[in-house]
Amino acid sequence: MALIPNGTDREPMRSEKGSAAAQNSAPAAQGHAPMPYGGPAVDDIRMEEMLLNVGPQHPSTHGVLRLLVRARGETIVEADPVIGYLHRGTEKLAENLQYTQIIPYTDRLDYLASMINNYALCHTVETAIDLEVPERAEHLRVLVMEMQRIASHLLFIGAYLLDLGAMSPFLYAFQERERIVQLFNRICGARLTYNYMRIGGVKYDAPEGWLDDVRDFVPWMKGKLEMYDRLITGNEIFLNRVRGIGVFDTKTALAYGISGVNLRSTGMRWDLRRNRPYSIYDRFEFDIPVGQHGDCFDRYYLHLLEMEQSLRIIEQVLAQMPDGPVLGKVPKIIRVPAGEYYCGVEGARGELGFYIVADGKDKPYRLKIRKPSFVNLQLLPELLRGQSLSNLIAILGAVDIVLGEVDA
Amino acid sequence: MPALWLWQHGPVTWPHVLVMILGAIVTLAVTLGVVTYTIYAERKVIGWMQGRIGPNRVGPFGLLQSFADIFKLLIKEDIVPEKADRSLFLLAPIIAFVPSFMTLAVIPFTMRHIFTADFGVGLLYYLALSAITIHGVMLGGWASNNKYALIGGMRSAAQMLSYEVPLGMSLVGVALMSGSLNLNHIVLAQSRTVWYVVPQIVGFCVFLVAATAELNRTPFDLPEAESELVAGYHVEYTGFRFAFFMLTEYVYVFAMGCLAATLFLGGWSGPFLPGWLWFAIKVFAFIFFQFWLRATMPRIRVDQLMSFSWKVLLPIAMLNLVGTAIVTTLW
Repeated sequence: MALIPNGTDREPMRSEKGSAAAQNSAPAAQGHAPMPYGGPAVDDIRMEEMLLNVGPQHPSTHGVLRLLVRARGETIVEADPVIGYLHRGTEKLAENLQYTQIIPYTDRLDYLASMINNYALCHTVETAIDLEVPERAEHLRVLVMEMQRIASHLLFIGAYLLDLGAMSPFLYAFQERERIVQLFNRICGARLTYNYMRIGGVKYDAPEGWLDDVRDFVPWMKGKLEMYDRLITGNEIFLNRVRGIGVFDTKTALAYGISGVNLRSTGMRWDLRRNRPYSIYDRFEFDIPVGQHGDCFDRYYLHLLEMEQSLRIIEQVLAQMPDGPVLGKVPKIIRVPAGEYYCGVEGARGELGFYIVADGKDKPYRLKIRKPSFVNLQLLPELLRGQSLSNLIAILGAVDIVLGEVDA
Repeated sequence: MPALWLWQHGPVTWPHVLVMILGAIVTLAVTLGVVTYTIYAERKVIGWMQGRIGPNRVGPFGLLQSFADIFKLLIKEDIVPEKADRSLFLLAPIIAFVPSFMTLAVIPFTMRHIFTADFGVGLLYYLALSAITIHGVMLGGWASNNKYALIGGMRSAAQMLSYEVPLGMSLVGVALMSGSLNLNHIVLAQSRTVWYVVPQIVGFCVFLVAATAELNRTPFDLPEAESELVAGYHVEYTGFRFAFFMLTEYVYVFAMGCLAATLFLGGWSGPFLPGWLWFAIKVFAFIFFQFWLRATMPRIRVDQLMSFSWKVLLPIAMLNLVGTAIVTTLW
């Protein structure tokens, strides 16, 4: 991976020596007699590696990722992700912010799963200062986090199919997501950057009738998932494009620090909600689906299966939702005792962790975010090497990155 | 009045030429109208399939949307990239468009050939002309001096050439059954017996797939795969030159619909309704099928596309051809 290069010394979109036509009509190498039928001798054909610049304004890089692809014919020799176009210095900014003030900044990391980002920070600070969180708040948190996971996975499926050339699933997915977004809008007044959680609980209790609407949402969404399964999973063209593509094994995944769906697709049953339980996840029953082949199809299908499990969790949360306050007894100014704290949660894209180095003040001395998209992106050059150019988008899409998180 | 040259049943005179030119203009106007509303219909139909409304702002029900789009393209700046091969760049859209319109000359829209040519080799003429468009597409991709355009142009050429073969083969079955390459004779032969979609069902299926690939439409829309190649061969084109490429595609959709209706669905023949209406219904059934595909299918991969054409479609078309030949000989 490379950061944005200085200056414009590399400009791969244009050749330097004039038009492609002019270049290719250059006199052939000397010393070879032409073939009897008049065509050029095989040795005279000049093969060149092509430097293809994919992004940062490419429609399928989901934001501002840039891939420098060296290709021989249609085969990728090397692909180098260039990141940093969306860098906002969140970690540095956090050093000058009180712990509560950091929360809205986390919304902008993985903007498709803001609720989970919110939670990861709050959870880390709560662990650091040993704060009790009211029961109802924990339930509401799990509820919105699982809804957020569904919304995020829906968007993945829609966008992935759009990358593969199917237009409709994207619009279908947005309709389903819209219902979740509307519910979020009612509970916290925002559709994308929620800023809903606080250290010690959540900002707002569920408005009247909100929980019933979520209850209605669950069976409706189950039907929709069946529809997706029927429409997409069996499609022959889709299967041909994603099966056996972008394969990696558990060992590689662990060596690169891959987490989330990308890790589970290789067959490793690793989910922080189960393996390092946080919040109240140990009270719920849910399965952790894993893949078998570690290919793009497994990653697609796991997203679908995980949505189903999230719905199961939502049902159980709704069944045992207690009454009570939604914000615990939080000191006016939160001071984290000096020390180093790390908490990882299962984000929509893998292990999302906040690492706080505190010096006893109301602001972190240093905040390090373990960004799953960023870590997962490391594997991309490895996956793309030797692949055909037409597989590039299929593989990139399945790794499922969000540039807001990669660049932070 | 001196005869210019001999054509069909007698010498061609100046009034003939005038009528021909007038006919061409009328056909062009009708085609442009059809294309304009095909684009509108496509957006409406796909919108409906995706639970959207589609264009509804310009004019009642958005009926003038396409005109607004065309007007926008007309007044846009005409950009020729600095390092492009200028003459080829300017020529490519014309090479692509002209044959697409010329193919319509042989289509029998009604029983009596109004404004269209009654060729002995109409079918061959259609195939020959539609092949010229590939050059325009390829030149456009090449002359743009853009790598995406180049890849798009090359893919397009490879794809259209590969699918032209099974397309041609699937049509030979029809020619064998009717014993003629004249499109009007083929329609007449069908109205005497049965629509060729029934005996030539295999050929029709091959034709549908190959035609979709020829038209560069989903699931074979690789040359302009937006998510991979940004826009393919016309990525550097703006304004009306871009419009020419789009126009070419939609005229071909219309022309291919006409061909399908003529060869397999009995052309203008049908009970009760006038011939032109039957023809229009059949053409739009084909066009609707294309919309439907576009709203449903993901895109096939480029290597699978090639092997599908040569390893699956072509053998099927060949078998169909041999079968048809045997049956027609014995009968």
